[in-house]
Amino acid sequence: MNREGPIQITLQFARPEFLLDVDLRLPGTGITVLFGASGSGKTTMLRCVAGLERAPRAIVTVNGSEWQHDGSVFLPTWRRPLGYVFQEPSLFAHLNVEQNIRYGLSRGAPSAQASPVSLDSVIELLGIAGLLHRKPTELSGGERQRVAIARALATRPQLLLLDEPLASLDQLRRREILPWLGRLRDELKIPMLYVTHAADEVARLADYLVVLDRGRVRAGGPVSEVLSAINPLVVLGDDAGALLEVHIAEHDRRWNLVRVAFPGGELWLRDTGLPPGQIARVRVLARDVSIATERPTHTSIQNILPCFVESIAADVEESQSLVRLRCGESILLARITSRAVDSLGLIGGMAVWAQIKAVVLVD
Amino acid sequence: MTSWLNHESVETVLVTLRLAGLTTILLLILATPIAWWLAHTKSGWRVPVASMVALPLVLPPTVLGFYLLVTLGPHGPIGQLTQALGLASFAFNFTGLVIGSLIYSLPFAVQPLQNAFEAVGERPLEVAATLRASPWDAFLSVALPLARPGYLTAAILSFAHTVGEFGVVLMIGGNIPGKTRVVSTQIFGHVEAMEYAQAHALAAGMLLFSFTILLLMTWLNRNPMRALS
Repeated sequence: MNREGPIQITLQFARPEFLLDVDLRLPGTGITVLFGASGSGKTTMLRCVAGLERAPRAIVTVNGSEWQHDGSVFLPTWRRPLGYVFQEPSLFAHLNVEQNIRYGLSRGAPSAQASPVSLDSVIELLGIAGLLHRKPTELSGGERQRVAIARALATRPQLLLLDEPLASLDQLRRREILPWLGRLRDELKIPMLYVTHAADEVARLADYLVVLDRGRVRAGGPVSEVLSAINPLVVLGDDAGALLEVHIAEHDRRWNLVRVAFPGGELWLRDTGLPPGQIARVRVLARDVSIATERPTHTSIQNILPCFVESIAADVEESQSLVRLRCGESILLARITSRAVDSLGLIGGMAVWAQIKAVVLVD
Repeated sequence: MTSWLNHESVETVLVTLRLAGLTTILLLILATPIAWWLAHTKSGWRVPVASMVALPLVLPPTVLGFYLLVTLGPHGPIGQLTQALGLASFAFNFTGLVIGSLIYSLPFAVQPLQNAFEAVGERPLEVAATLRASPWDAFLSVALPLARPGYLTAAILSFAHTVGEFGVVLMIGGNIPGKTRVVSTQIFGHVEAMEYAQAHALAAGMLLFSFTILLLMTWLNRNPMRALS
């Protein structure tokens, strides 16, 4: 696990259900997702970082300034340069949208290392310019949560904490907000700690992933690494698989295909209208990857990549094995039968060809 | 019916309004920290304190008035103290009446405020803290405005309940015209003197007053925003 990183969170906090015991160094940019089932301690951890809960033994350091050090240093929440988005939007009912957003602005001088985010750009970024004079009761659930995010960003936080911001919304509203969160990640330089138990949010948003289980950190690292572990702790959707960050390279108008490049190779997938140069995420499910020891010819499969076998592990199903393949700088997972492993004589370090039957664009 | 609102009646009404108005203002200030504490504390003292505050609801007003008379009167412990400090005893004067009213109407201010603070909950205060508001700032800018309906109810109930008080006033006030005589005691006086016409005038006034209060309260609670503008 990363021992560097400008955000340190070290906590020991006894709760009735579990002992929260974490020691993390997190990156200073992008979205760090804290992933775990309910009761795993992720919300408690976020509240401790914010100072809303006071863990007796804790060190919280952000960009060199100490927010808490056991009993000796404890900045109250209102003195910490953070933004917090709660599960329910929790807008102030007695203020309109603009007053809600400006509430934090007038309080406390922006810190020296304030992020270069202006109020107008936040309003623009979240698409709420048309709502400024409405009352919270006149907004939809999705609009309320967007306003809550804007309100948190308006204080120019050095760290944005989001506690399952989509959990109180229905599927339609979630789809409405996810792209906005993606924009925040891409356009702001503020590090975010994002708590969720929803796999699709991990696939869509996470740059760095921390998996919590009953108060303990089970895995932590760049999202593609954690997801492509040989014993994946995090299974997105119905199957294990790798998550690749790709950029759109070329359109094939005749066949409605698009070529995408990633560190380790290229893939062809269905053209969904993304412009060239656009960054996107694709998932390659383990069950859609098969392995050949010689370059396959005369096959319908369009995506064939040269790889090395890194490791092989038994799958949950007795007859299946999970093979971890290194493809340039990227990792793929393949689910094949154990008999195939044996008959192909697969061992670590072997050069093979990965045949990819399907690639799913994450949106 | 020429004397239905004579000088004496006007004086009595003014004393009543002054008493109820002053009591209401002091009560809102006094009840706020008590209600806040009751709404937020996890201390074991919560239930005993809540019961103490609610006591005037069940205690016969004459009992309350009696104990106030005993403590505040010239021979009572507080009476002795105030006299030693060069002040008069509080029995049979307006100050004593205010003190009695404060205790008598306390639950009518504390309970609506406590309910309002509980309805506001911790979350808006936590949100305010994450937006750089100090606890005092958050109280003024978030908790108070959100608890506004509770303050309206508390004010109206305290005022009305003080106007209607009788037993305590009779015990501690002494029914002195222009000083401690209020509408309710004067109605009693008129009835004792068989002056039904005067009693009717004041009683009808009280009836109208109470009805208006209830109407106002319902209206304000239904339209909190109209009450603002």
